[in-house]
Amino acid sequence: MGKYIEDGLTAYRMKAKSEKISVPRPHRIKPLNLERGIEWLLKLSAAIAILAIVLITVFIFARGIPLIFKTGLIDFIFNLKWSPSHGSYGIATMLVGSLVITLSSLIWAVPLGILSAIFMAEVAPSRIGNLLGRLVELLAGIPSVVFGFFGLIVIVPFIRSHLGGNGMSVLAGAIILGIMILPTIISISRDSILTVPKEYKEGSLALGATHIQSISGVILPAARSGIITAVVLGMGRAIGETMAVVMVTGNSTIIPGSILSPVRTMTSNIVLEMGYAAGDHQAALFATGAVLFIFIVILNLVVSFSIKAGKNYAN
Amino acid sequence: MLTNNTREKLIKAFLWLSGLIIVAILFIIIAYIAIKGVSAINLDFILEAPRRAGKEGGIWTTIVSTVYLTLVSLLIAVPIGVGSAIHLEEYALRRSWFANLVNLTAETLAGIPSIVFGLFGFVFFVIFLQMGWSIISGSLTMAIMILPTITRTAQEAILAVPAEYRENSLALGASKWQTISRVVLPSAVPGIITGIILSIGRAVGETAALILTAGSSLGMPGGLLDPARTMSVHLYILAMEGISMDRAFGTAFLIIVLIVIINYLANLSLCRMSQVSRQI
Repeated sequence: MGKYIEDGLTAYRMKAKSEKISVPRPHRIKPLNLERGIEWLLKLSAAIAILAIVLITVFIFARGIPLIFKTGLIDFIFNLKWSPSHGSYGIATMLVGSLVITLSSLIWAVPLGILSAIFMAEVAPSRIGNLLGRLVELLAGIPSVVFGFFGLIVIVPFIRSHLGGNGMSVLAGAIILGIMILPTIISISRDSILTVPKEYKEGSLALGATHIQSISGVILPAARSGIITAVVLGMGRAIGETMAVVMVTGNSTIIPGSILSPVRTMTSNIVLEMGYAAGDHQAALFATGAVLFIFIVILNLVVSFSIKAGKNYAN
Repeated sequence: MLTNNTREKLIKAFLWLSGLIIVAILFIIIAYIAIKGVSAINLDFILEAPRRAGKEGGIWTTIVSTVYLTLVSLLIAVPIGVGSAIHLEEYALRRSWFANLVNLTAETLAGIPSIVFGLFGFVFFVIFLQMGWSIISGSLTMAIMILPTITRTAQEAILAVPAEYRENSLALGASKWQTISRVVLPSAVPGIITGIILSIGRAVGETAALILTAGSSLGMPGGLLDPARTMSVHLYILAMEGISMDRAFGTAFLIIVLIVIINYLANLSLCRMSQVSRQI
Protein backbone atom coordinates (compact mmCIF):
# COMPACT_ATOMS: atom_id res chain seq x y z
CA MET A 1 0.00 0.00 0.00
CA GLY A 2 2.71 2.44 1.07
CA LYS A 3 4.69 1.70 -2.05
CA TYR A 4 1.76 2.75 -4.27
CA ILE A 5 1.45 6.03 -2.49
CA GLU A 6 5.17 6.73 -2.81
CA ASP A 7 5.11 5.87 -6.49
CA GLY A 8 2.14 8.07 -6.97
CA LEU A 9 3.85 10.98 -5.19
CA THR A 10 7.01 10.60 -7.24
CA ALA A 11 4.98 10.51 -10.42
CA TYR A 12 3.11 13.62 -9.32
CA ARG A 13 6.35 15.46 -8.51
CA MET A 14 7.89 14.54 -11.85
CA LYS A 15 4.78 15.64 -13.67
CA ALA A 16 4.73 18.84 -11.69
CA LYS A 17 8.36 19.49 -12.51
CA SER A 18 7.85 18.93 -16.23
CA GLU A 19 4.72 21.09 -16.30
CA LYS A 20 6.12 23.68 -13.89
CA ILE A 21 3.27 23.37 -11.46
CA SER A 22 4.26 24.62 -8.06
CA VAL A 23 4.28 21.87 -5.47
CA PRO A 24 2.90 22.94 -2.14
CA ARG A 25 5.73 23.27 0.36
CA PRO A 26 5.49 22.76 4.09
CA HIS A 27 3.67 25.69 5.61
CA ARG A 28 6.10 28.42 6.68
CA ILE A 29 5.21 30.81 9.46
CA LYS A 30 5.39 34.33 8.13
CA PRO A 31 7.25 36.61 10.53
CA LEU A 32 5.24 39.41 12.02
CA ASN A 33 5.37 42.67 10.11
CA LEU A 34 6.71 44.43 13.21
CA GLU A 35 9.67 42.07 13.29
CA ARG A 36 10.43 42.70 9.62
CA GLY A 37 10.09 46.43 10.06
CA ILE A 38 12.48 46.51 12.99
CA GLU A 39 14.97 44.36 11.13
CA TRP A 40 15.00 46.89 8.30
CA LEU A 41 15.22 49.81 10.66
CA LEU A 42 18.30 48.28 12.30
CA LYS A 43 19.92 47.63 8.95
CA LEU A 44 19.18 51.22 8.00
CA SER A 45 20.91 52.55 11.11
CA ALA A 46 23.95 50.44 10.27
CA ALA A 47 23.91 51.96 6.79
CA ILE A 48 24.10 55.50 8.23
CA ALA A 49 27.81 55.08 9.02
CA ILE A 50 28.41 54.20 5.37
CA LEU A 51 26.26 57.10 4.23
CA ALA A 52 28.22 59.45 6.50
CA ILE A 53 31.59 58.47 5.09
CA VAL A 54 30.30 58.72 1.52
CA LEU A 55 28.88 62.20 2.20
CA ILE A 56 32.08 63.34 3.91
CA THR A 57 34.20 62.23 0.97
CA VAL A 58 31.87 63.59 -1.69
CA PHE A 59 31.30 67.00 -0.11
CA ILE A 60 34.91 67.71 0.83
CA PHE A 61 36.25 66.64 -2.53
CA ALA A 62 33.47 68.35 -4.48
CA ARG A 63 34.26 71.61 -2.74
CA GLY A 64 38.04 71.27 -2.97
CA ILE A 65 38.87 69.49 -6.23
CA PRO A 66 37.73 72.24 -8.65
CA LEU A 67 40.31 74.60 -7.16
CA ILE A 68 43.06 72.00 -7.57
CA PHE A 69 42.07 71.71 -11.23
CA LYS A 70 42.17 75.47 -11.53
CA THR A 71 45.65 75.90 -10.05
CA GLY A 72 46.97 72.54 -11.16
CA LEU A 73 47.85 69.76 -8.74
CA ILE A 74 51.62 70.34 -9.01
CA ASP A 75 51.25 74.04 -8.31
CA PHE A 76 48.84 73.45 -5.42
CA ILE A 77 51.20 71.04 -3.68
CA PHE A 78 54.63 72.50 -4.54
CA ASN A 79 53.97 76.23 -4.69
CA LEU A 80 55.53 77.89 -1.64
CA LYS A 81 53.32 80.93 -1.79
CA TRP A 82 50.07 80.92 0.20
CA SER A 83 48.59 84.30 -0.40
CA PRO A 84 44.81 84.17 -0.79
CA SER A 85 44.52 87.92 -1.32
CA HIS A 86 46.70 87.57 -4.44
CA GLY A 87 44.95 84.43 -5.61
CA SER A 88 47.99 82.28 -4.90
CA TYR A 89 47.14 79.00 -3.25
CA GLY A 90 50.21 76.83 -2.67
CA ILE A 91 50.17 74.57 0.37
CA ALA A 92 53.84 73.46 0.21
CA THR A 93 54.82 75.36 3.36
CA MET A 94 51.90 73.89 5.30
CA LEU A 95 52.55 70.41 3.95
CA VAL A 96 56.17 70.65 5.06
CA GLY A 97 54.99 72.17 8.35
CA SER A 98 52.67 69.23 9.06
CA LEU A 99 55.37 66.68 8.21
CA VAL A 100 58.07 68.45 10.24
CA ILE A 101 55.86 68.78 13.31
CA THR A 102 54.65 65.19 13.03
CA LEU A 103 58.11 63.68 12.56
CA SER A 104 59.70 65.75 15.29
CA SER A 105 57.02 64.68 17.76
CA LEU A 106 57.44 61.04 16.75
CA ILE A 107 61.22 61.23 17.28
CA TRP A 108 60.87 61.46 21.03
CA ALA A 109 57.39 60.09 21.67
CA VAL A 110 57.91 56.74 19.90
CA PRO A 111 60.99 55.62 21.90
CA LEU A 112 59.56 56.89 25.19
CA GLY A 113 56.15 55.35 24.43
CA ILE A 114 57.53 51.94 23.51
CA LEU A 115 59.90 51.89 26.49
CA SER A 116 57.12 52.71 28.92
CA ALA A 117 54.86 50.13 27.25
CA ILE A 118 57.60 47.52 27.85
CA PHE A 119 57.90 48.78 31.42
CA MET A 120 54.16 48.48 32.05
CA ALA A 121 53.78 45.07 30.43
CA GLU A 122 56.98 43.32 31.49
CA VAL A 123 58.96 45.02 34.23
CA ALA A 124 56.53 46.77 36.57
CA PRO A 125 54.56 44.80 39.17
CA SER A 126 51.09 44.25 37.73
CA ARG A 127 49.45 46.70 40.17
CA ILE A 128 51.77 49.50 39.10
CA GLY A 129 51.33 48.52 35.46
CA ASN A 130 47.56 48.71 35.72
CA LEU A 131 47.65 52.01 37.61
CA LEU A 132 49.89 53.45 34.91
CA GLY A 133 47.48 52.12 32.30
CA ARG A 134 44.68 54.10 33.90
CA LEU A 135 46.81 57.25 34.09
CA VAL A 136 47.62 56.89 30.40
CA GLU A 137 43.88 56.60 29.68
CA LEU A 138 43.36 59.82 31.61
CA LEU A 139 46.10 61.48 29.56
CA ALA A 140 44.30 60.30 26.42
CA GLY A 141 41.07 61.89 27.64
CA ILE A 142 42.46 65.39 28.16
CA PRO A 143 41.14 67.57 25.33
CA SER A 144 43.60 68.94 22.80
CA VAL A 145 42.66 72.52 23.59
CA VAL A 146 43.83 72.00 27.19
CA PHE A 147 47.17 70.65 25.95
CA GLY A 148 47.42 73.66 23.68
CA PHE A 149 46.67 75.99 26.57
CA PHE A 150 49.31 74.29 28.72
CA GLY A 151 51.81 74.62 25.88
CA LEU A 152 50.99 78.28 25.38
CA ILE A 153 51.29 79.13 29.04
CA VAL A 154 54.21 76.92 30.10
CA ILE A 155 56.25 75.55 27.21
CA VAL A 156 56.26 78.59 24.91
CA PRO A 157 57.51 81.00 27.63
CA PHE A 158 60.08 78.40 28.73
CA ILE A 159 61.50 78.14 25.22
CA ARG A 160 61.42 81.92 24.83
CA SER A 161 63.45 82.55 27.96
CA HIS A 162 65.87 79.61 27.77
CA LEU A 163 66.44 78.97 24.08
CA GLY A 164 65.58 82.28 22.53
CA GLY A 165 63.25 83.25 19.74
CA ASN A 166 59.61 83.91 20.12
CA GLY A 167 58.88 80.56 21.76
CA MET A 168 56.08 79.73 19.36
CA SER A 169 57.97 77.14 17.40
CA VAL A 170 58.40 73.72 15.87
CA LEU A 171 59.90 72.63 19.18
CA ALA A 172 56.86 73.70 21.21
CA GLY A 173 54.58 71.90 18.76
CA ALA A 174 56.73 68.77 18.85
CA ILE A 175 56.70 68.66 22.65
CA ILE A 176 52.95 69.12 22.99
CA LEU A 177 52.07 66.84 20.09
CA GLY A 178 54.43 64.17 21.40
CA ILE A 179 52.66 64.22 24.78
CA MET A 180 49.33 63.90 23.00
CA ILE A 181 50.29 60.86 20.94
CA LEU A 182 52.00 59.06 23.85
CA PRO A 183 48.74 57.42 25.02
CA THR A 184 48.02 55.99 21.56
CA ILE A 185 51.54 54.57 21.24
CA ILE A 186 51.68 53.25 24.81
CA SER A 187 48.29 51.54 25.00
CA ILE A 188 48.47 49.77 21.64
CA SER A 189 52.11 48.68 22.13
CA ARG A 190 51.32 47.48 25.63
CA ASP A 191 48.35 45.44 24.43
CA SER A 192 50.40 43.84 21.70
CA ILE A 193 53.22 42.98 24.13
CA LEU A 194 50.69 41.50 26.58
CA THR A 195 49.19 39.27 23.88
CA VAL A 196 52.52 37.60 23.05
CA PRO A 197 52.06 33.98 24.21
CA LYS A 198 53.69 33.24 27.59
CA GLU A 199 55.42 30.18 26.12
CA TYR A 200 57.66 32.37 23.96
CA LYS A 201 59.10 34.12 26.98
CA GLU A 202 59.28 30.94 29.04
CA GLY A 203 61.08 29.14 26.24
CA SER A 204 63.58 31.94 25.92
CA LEU A 205 64.20 32.10 29.67
CA ALA A 206 64.58 28.31 29.78
CA LEU A 207 67.29 28.55 27.13
CA GLY A 208 69.25 30.71 29.53
CA ALA A 209 68.44 34.17 28.14
CA THR A 210 68.04 36.97 30.70
CA HIS A 211 64.76 38.84 31.12
CA ILE A 212 65.97 41.80 29.07
CA GLN A 213 67.38 39.52 26.37
CA SER A 214 64.02 37.73 26.17
CA ILE A 215 62.25 41.08 25.83
CA SER A 216 64.49 42.38 23.07
CA GLY A 217 65.09 39.08 21.29
CA VAL A 218 61.72 37.34 21.54
CA ILE A 219 58.86 39.46 22.87
CA LEU A 220 59.43 42.65 20.87
CA PRO A 221 59.84 40.86 17.52
CA ALA A 222 56.63 38.92 18.22
CA ALA A 223 54.78 42.13 19.09
CA ARG A 224 56.23 43.94 16.10
CA SER A 225 53.06 44.39 14.06
CA GLY A 226 51.18 45.82 17.05
CA ILE A 227 53.98 48.27 17.73
CA ILE A 228 54.03 49.36 14.09
CA THR A 229 50.26 49.87 14.27
CA ALA A 230 50.75 51.98 17.39
CA VAL A 231 53.31 54.21 15.69
CA VAL A 232 51.23 54.65 12.54
CA LEU A 233 48.07 55.48 14.51
CA GLY A 234 50.11 57.93 16.58
CA MET A 235 51.31 59.50 13.37
CA GLY A 236 47.72 59.79 12.14
CA ARG A 237 46.71 61.51 15.34
CA ALA A 238 49.68 63.89 15.07
CA ILE A 239 49.03 64.86 11.48
CA GLY A 240 45.34 65.50 12.12
CA GLU A 241 45.72 67.38 15.38
CA THR A 242 44.60 70.97 15.17
CA MET A 243 43.86 72.96 18.29
CA ALA A 244 46.99 72.17 20.31
CA VAL A 245 49.23 72.85 17.33
CA VAL A 246 47.58 76.09 16.33
CA MET A 247 48.06 77.45 19.85
CA VAL A 248 51.81 76.87 20.16
CA THR A 249 53.47 76.95 16.73
CA GLY A 250 53.19 80.60 15.76
CA ASN A 251 51.52 79.85 12.42
CA SER A 252 53.81 81.68 9.98
CA THR A 253 53.54 80.41 6.42
CA ILE A 254 57.25 79.79 5.97
CA ILE A 255 59.39 76.70 5.67
CA PRO A 256 60.87 76.38 9.17
CA GLY A 257 64.62 76.94 9.20
CA SER A 258 65.28 75.59 12.68
CA ILE A 259 63.36 73.99 15.52
CA LEU A 260 62.93 77.44 17.01
CA SER A 261 61.25 79.01 14.01
CA PRO A 262 57.47 79.25 13.77
CA VAL A 263 55.53 76.98 11.44
CA ARG A 264 51.99 76.51 10.16
CA THR A 265 50.41 73.09 9.59
CA MET A 266 47.63 72.19 7.15
CA THR A 267 45.17 71.75 10.00
CA SER A 268 46.07 75.10 11.58
CA ASN A 269 45.61 76.80 8.25
CA ILE A 270 42.07 75.46 7.97
CA VAL A 271 40.95 76.46 11.45
CA LEU A 272 42.64 79.88 11.29
CA GLU A 273 41.19 80.99 7.96
CA MET A 274 37.88 79.14 7.65
CA GLY A 275 36.07 81.80 9.67
CA TYR A 276 36.46 84.51 7.02
CA ALA A 277 37.38 82.63 3.82
CA ALA A 278 35.09 82.75 0.81
CA GLY A 279 35.13 81.67 -2.81
CA ASP A 280 38.41 80.23 -4.08
CA HIS A 281 40.06 80.83 -0.72
CA GLN A 282 37.48 78.63 1.00
CA ALA A 283 37.78 76.04 -1.76
CA ALA A 284 41.55 75.96 -1.20
CA LEU A 285 40.97 75.19 2.48
CA PHE A 286 38.67 72.34 1.51
CA ALA A 287 41.33 71.09 -0.91
CA THR A 288 43.78 71.15 2.01
CA GLY A 289 41.25 69.09 3.96
CA ALA A 290 41.07 66.65 1.05
CA VAL A 291 44.88 66.25 1.08
CA LEU A 292 44.71 65.60 4.83
CA PHE A 293 41.92 63.09 4.27
CA ILE A 294 44.05 61.21 1.72
CA PHE A 295 46.98 61.11 4.16
CA ILE A 296 44.75 59.59 6.85
CA VAL A 297 43.24 57.01 4.50
CA ILE A 298 46.75 55.92 3.44
CA LEU A 299 47.80 55.60 7.09
CA ASN A 300 44.65 53.56 7.80
CA LEU A 301 45.51 51.23 4.92
CA VAL A 302 49.03 50.82 6.31
CA VAL A 303 47.49 49.91 9.68
CA SER A 304 45.16 47.26 8.29
CA PHE A 305 48.03 45.90 6.21
CA SER A 306 50.29 45.69 9.25
CA ILE A 307 47.55 43.99 11.31
CA LYS A 308 47.10 41.43 8.53
CA ALA A 309 50.87 40.91 8.33
CA GLY A 310 50.91 40.41 12.10
CA LYS A 311 48.24 37.71 11.84
CA ASN A 312 50.29 35.88 9.20
CA TYR A 313 53.37 36.15 11.39
CA ALA A 314 51.49 34.69 14.36
CA ASN A 315 50.39 31.73 12.25
CA MET B 1 82.95 45.86 30.08
CA LEU B 2 79.70 45.61 31.96
CA THR B 3 78.69 42.25 33.25
CA ASN B 4 75.37 40.89 32.10
CA ASN B 5 73.90 41.42 35.50
CA THR B 6 74.72 45.12 35.80
CA ARG B 7 73.60 45.75 32.24
CA GLU B 8 70.32 44.06 33.01
CA LYS B 9 69.87 46.26 36.06
CA LEU B 10 70.78 49.42 34.16
CA ILE B 11 68.24 48.72 31.44
CA LYS B 12 65.55 47.97 34.00
CA ALA B 13 66.33 51.23 35.78
CA PHE B 14 65.96 52.97 32.45
CA LEU B 15 62.55 51.35 31.87
CA TRP B 16 61.41 52.44 35.35
CA LEU B 17 62.56 55.94 34.47
CA SER B 18 60.46 56.04 31.31
CA GLY B 19 57.39 54.96 33.30
CA LEU B 20 58.14 57.71 35.79
CA ILE B 21 58.42 60.31 33.02
CA ILE B 22 54.90 59.47 31.83
CA VAL B 23 53.51 59.92 35.35
CA ALA B 24 55.46 63.16 35.74
CA ILE B 25 54.09 64.61 32.48
CA LEU B 26 50.49 63.89 33.46
CA PHE B 27 51.05 65.12 37.00
CA ILE B 28 52.71 68.37 35.93
CA ILE B 29 49.95 69.27 33.45
CA ILE B 30 47.10 68.54 35.83
CA ALA B 31 48.77 70.06 38.88
CA TYR B 32 49.79 73.24 37.07
CA ILE B 33 46.33 73.91 35.69
CA ALA B 34 44.66 72.92 38.96
CA ILE B 35 46.84 75.25 41.06
CA LYS B 36 46.44 78.19 38.71
CA GLY B 37 42.81 77.48 37.93
CA VAL B 38 41.32 76.73 41.29
CA SER B 39 41.58 80.34 42.46
CA ALA B 40 39.52 81.51 39.46
CA ILE B 41 36.69 79.18 40.34
CA ASN B 42 33.82 80.23 42.51
CA LEU B 43 30.07 80.03 42.25
CA ASP B 44 29.87 83.31 40.32
CA PHE B 45 32.39 82.08 37.76
CA ILE B 46 30.22 79.05 37.12
CA LEU B 47 26.78 80.63 37.31
CA GLU B 48 27.30 84.06 35.74
CA ALA B 49 27.04 84.77 32.05
CA PRO B 50 30.23 86.07 30.40
CA ARG B 51 30.40 89.83 29.85
CA ARG B 52 32.57 91.88 27.48
CA ALA B 53 33.51 88.87 25.27
CA GLY B 54 34.49 86.83 28.33
CA LYS B 55 36.76 89.43 29.92
CA GLU B 56 34.38 89.66 32.82
CA GLY B 57 31.69 87.53 34.34
CA GLY B 58 31.61 83.76 34.36
CA ILE B 59 31.17 80.98 31.85
CA TRP B 60 27.59 79.87 32.51
CA THR B 61 26.37 80.07 28.90
CA THR B 62 29.30 77.98 27.67
CA ILE B 63 28.50 75.30 30.26
CA VAL B 64 24.87 75.24 29.13
CA SER B 65 25.98 75.08 25.48
CA THR B 66 28.33 72.20 26.20
CA VAL B 67 25.60 70.21 27.95
CA TYR B 68 23.04 71.09 25.28
CA LEU B 69 25.33 70.04 22.41
CA THR B 70 26.41 66.85 24.14
CA LEU B 71 22.83 65.81 24.90
CA VAL B 72 21.55 66.45 21.39
CA SER B 73 24.45 64.60 19.79
CA LEU B 74 23.90 61.64 22.13
CA LEU B 75 20.17 61.66 21.30
CA ILE B 76 21.12 61.32 17.63
CA ALA B 77 24.06 58.96 17.89
CA VAL B 78 22.94 56.50 20.59
CA PRO B 79 19.87 55.06 18.79
CA ILE B 80 21.79 54.83 15.50
CA GLY B 81 24.91 53.37 17.09
CA VAL B 82 23.08 50.83 19.24
CA GLY B 83 20.78 49.98 16.32
CA SER B 84 23.68 49.24 14.02
CA ALA B 85 25.39 47.24 16.77
CA ILE B 86 22.23 45.10 17.10
CA HIS B 87 22.12 44.66 13.37
CA LEU B 88 25.79 43.65 13.18
CA GLU B 89 25.69 41.22 16.11
CA GLU B 90 22.19 39.76 15.93
CA TYR B 91 21.01 39.92 12.32
CA ALA B 92 23.91 40.27 9.90
CA LEU B 93 25.83 37.21 8.81
CA ARG B 94 29.36 37.40 10.15
CA ARG B 95 31.09 37.52 6.79
CA SER B 96 28.49 39.40 4.77
CA TRP B 97 29.81 42.23 2.61
CA PHE B 98 27.46 44.68 4.28
CA ALA B 99 28.71 43.88 7.79
CA ASN B 100 32.32 44.09 6.61
CA LEU B 101 31.66 47.43 4.99
CA VAL B 102 30.01 48.83 8.13
CA ASN B 103 32.94 47.67 10.27
CA LEU B 104 35.43 49.17 7.83
CA THR B 105 33.62 52.53 7.74
CA ALA B 106 33.46 52.60 11.53
CA GLU B 107 37.23 52.14 11.65
CA THR B 108 37.79 54.82 9.03
CA LEU B 109 35.43 57.26 10.77
CA ALA B 110 37.32 56.75 14.02
CA GLY B 111 40.59 57.78 12.34
CA ILE B 112 39.41 60.93 10.60
CA PRO B 113 40.77 64.12 12.26
CA SER B 114 38.18 66.36 13.86
CA ILE B 115 39.06 69.28 11.60
CA VAL B 116 37.93 67.21 8.59
CA PHE B 117 34.62 66.51 10.36
CA GLY B 118 34.42 70.23 10.95
CA LEU B 119 34.91 70.98 7.25
CA PHE B 120 32.25 68.45 6.34
CA GLY B 121 29.80 69.71 8.96
CA PHE B 122 30.37 73.25 7.72
CA VAL B 123 29.79 72.54 4.02
CA PHE B 124 26.97 70.00 4.55
CA PHE B 125 24.94 71.01 7.61
CA VAL B 126 25.76 74.72 7.90
CA ILE B 127 25.66 75.63 4.21
CA PHE B 128 24.08 72.87 2.11
CA LEU B 129 21.21 72.09 4.52
CA GLN B 130 21.10 75.76 5.57
CA MET B 131 21.15 75.06 9.28
CA GLY B 132 23.69 77.82 9.86
CA TRP B 133 26.15 77.85 12.75
CA SER B 134 23.93 76.20 15.30
CA ILE B 135 23.46 73.64 18.03
CA ILE B 136 21.92 71.24 15.52
CA SER B 137 24.78 71.54 12.99
CA GLY B 138 27.31 71.01 15.77
CA SER B 139 25.37 68.11 17.26
CA LEU B 140 24.92 66.31 13.94
CA THR B 141 28.66 66.65 13.23
CA MET B 142 29.48 65.52 16.76
CA ALA B 143 27.07 62.59 16.39
CA ILE B 144 29.00 61.27 13.38
CA MET B 145 32.24 61.64 15.35
CA ILE B 146 31.04 59.61 18.35
CA LEU B 147 29.12 57.03 16.30
CA PRO B 148 32.09 54.60 16.00
CA THR B 149 32.67 54.61 19.78
CA ILE B 150 29.02 53.97 20.57
CA THR B 151 28.68 51.25 17.93
CA ARG B 152 31.88 49.49 18.97
CA THR B 153 31.15 49.43 22.71
CA ALA B 154 27.53 48.35 22.14
CA GLN B 155 28.76 45.58 19.82
CA GLU B 156 31.13 44.30 22.49
CA ALA B 157 28.41 44.44 25.13
CA ILE B 158 25.93 42.54 22.96
CA LEU B 159 28.57 39.97 22.05
CA ALA B 160 29.22 39.36 25.76
CA VAL B 161 25.57 38.36 26.41
CA PRO B 162 25.63 34.53 26.67
CA ALA B 163 23.90 32.56 23.90
CA GLU B 164 21.86 30.65 26.52
CA TYR B 165 19.90 33.82 27.33
CA ARG B 166 18.71 34.08 23.75
CA GLU B 167 18.04 30.36 23.44
CA ASN B 168 15.99 30.28 26.64
CA SER B 169 13.97 33.26 25.57
CA LEU B 170 13.34 31.85 22.09
CA ALA B 171 12.44 28.48 23.60
CA LEU B 172 9.82 30.20 25.74
CA GLY B 173 8.18 31.34 22.53
CA ALA B 174 9.45 34.91 22.36
CA SER B 175 10.09 36.32 18.91
CA LYS B 176 13.53 37.51 17.84
CA TRP B 177 12.83 41.18 18.52
CA GLN B 178 11.18 40.37 21.85
CA THR B 179 14.30 38.42 22.78
CA ILE B 180 16.59 41.27 21.77
CA SER B 181 14.60 44.05 23.40
CA ARG B 182 13.76 42.27 26.67
CA VAL B 183 16.70 39.94 27.19
CA VAL B 184 19.78 40.93 25.19
CA LEU B 185 19.63 44.73 25.46
CA PRO B 186 19.00 44.91 29.24
CA SER B 187 22.04 42.68 29.77
CA ALA B 188 24.09 44.89 27.46
CA VAL B 189 23.18 48.17 29.17
CA PRO B 190 26.43 48.58 31.18
CA GLY B 191 28.46 48.31 27.97
CA ILE B 192 26.27 50.79 26.18
CA ILE B 193 26.63 53.21 29.10
CA THR B 194 30.42 52.91 28.88
CA GLY B 195 30.20 54.01 25.26
CA ILE B 196 28.00 56.94 26.21
CA ILE B 197 30.41 58.07 28.94
CA LEU B 198 33.39 57.89 26.59
CA SER B 199 31.44 59.90 24.01
CA ILE B 200 30.59 62.57 26.57
CA GLY B 201 34.32 62.92 27.20
CA ARG B 202 34.94 63.43 23.52
CA ALA B 203 32.11 65.94 23.18
CA VAL B 204 33.28 68.00 26.15
CA GLY B 205 36.78 68.29 24.69
CA GLU B 206 35.94 68.78 21.04
CA THR B 207 36.92 72.16 19.66
CA ALA B 208 38.02 72.20 16.02
CA ALA B 209 34.87 70.62 14.60
CA LEU B 210 32.58 72.76 16.74
CA ILE B 211 34.18 76.11 15.88
CA LEU B 212 33.30 75.40 12.25
CA THR B 213 29.79 74.08 12.87
CA ALA B 214 28.34 75.56 16.07
CA GLY B 215 30.02 78.93 15.78
CA SER B 216 31.42 80.90 18.68
CA SER B 217 28.57 83.14 19.73
CA LEU B 218 28.60 83.74 23.48
CA GLY B 219 24.84 84.10 23.88
CA MET B 220 22.59 81.68 25.71
CA PRO B 221 21.35 79.15 23.14
CA GLY B 222 17.58 78.83 23.08
CA GLY B 223 16.50 76.65 20.18
CA LEU B 224 18.31 74.07 18.11
CA LEU B 225 19.03 76.65 15.41
CA ASP B 226 20.86 79.05 17.74
CA PRO B 227 24.65 79.27 17.58
CA ALA B 228 26.61 78.31 20.67
CA ARG B 229 30.09 78.37 22.20
CA THR B 230 31.17 75.36 24.24
CA MET B 231 33.66 75.48 27.12
CA SER B 232 36.51 74.17 24.97
CA VAL B 233 35.90 76.72 22.23
CA HIS B 234 35.66 79.41 24.92
CA LEU B 235 39.03 78.34 26.36
CA TYR B 236 40.58 78.47 22.89
CA ILE B 237 39.30 81.97 22.20
CA LEU B 238 40.17 83.30 25.66
CA ALA B 239 43.74 82.02 25.38
CA MET B 240 44.41 82.75 21.71
CA GLU B 241 43.07 86.27 21.76
CA GLY B 242 44.54 86.92 25.20
CA ILE B 243 41.18 88.05 26.52
CA SER B 244 41.59 86.82 30.08
CA MET B 245 44.18 84.27 31.17
CA ASP B 246 42.54 84.10 34.59
CA ARG B 247 39.28 82.91 33.14
CA ALA B 248 41.09 80.65 30.70
CA PHE B 249 42.74 78.88 33.63
CA GLY B 250 39.39 78.54 35.37
CA THR B 251 37.78 77.09 32.25
CA ALA B 252 40.68 74.70 31.63
CA PHE B 253 40.48 73.56 35.24
CA LEU B 254 36.74 72.89 35.00
CA ILE B 255 37.27 70.91 31.78
CA ILE B 256 39.95 68.80 33.45
CA VAL B 257 37.72 68.17 36.47
CA LEU B 258 34.95 67.02 34.12
CA ILE B 259 37.34 64.75 32.21
CA VAL B 260 38.65 63.19 35.44
CA ILE B 261 35.09 62.51 36.60
CA ILE B 262 34.12 61.08 33.21
CA ASN B 263 37.24 58.91 33.19
CA TYR B 264 36.44 57.62 36.66
CA LEU B 265 32.84 56.81 35.69
CA ALA B 266 34.00 55.03 32.53
CA ASN B 267 36.37 52.88 34.55
CA LEU B 268 33.63 52.15 37.05
CA SER B 269 31.19 51.05 34.37
CA LEU B 270 33.91 49.01 32.62
CA CYS B 271 34.56 47.24 35.93
CA ARG B 272 30.88 46.54 36.37
CA MET B 273 30.72 45.23 32.81
CA SER B 274 33.51 42.74 33.41
CA GLN B 275 31.97 41.74 36.75
CA VAL B 276 28.66 41.02 35.06
CA SER B 277 30.32 38.87 32.43
CA ARG B 278 32.33 37.08 35.10
CA GLN B 279 29.21 36.26 37.12
CA ILE B 280 27.70 34.72 34.01
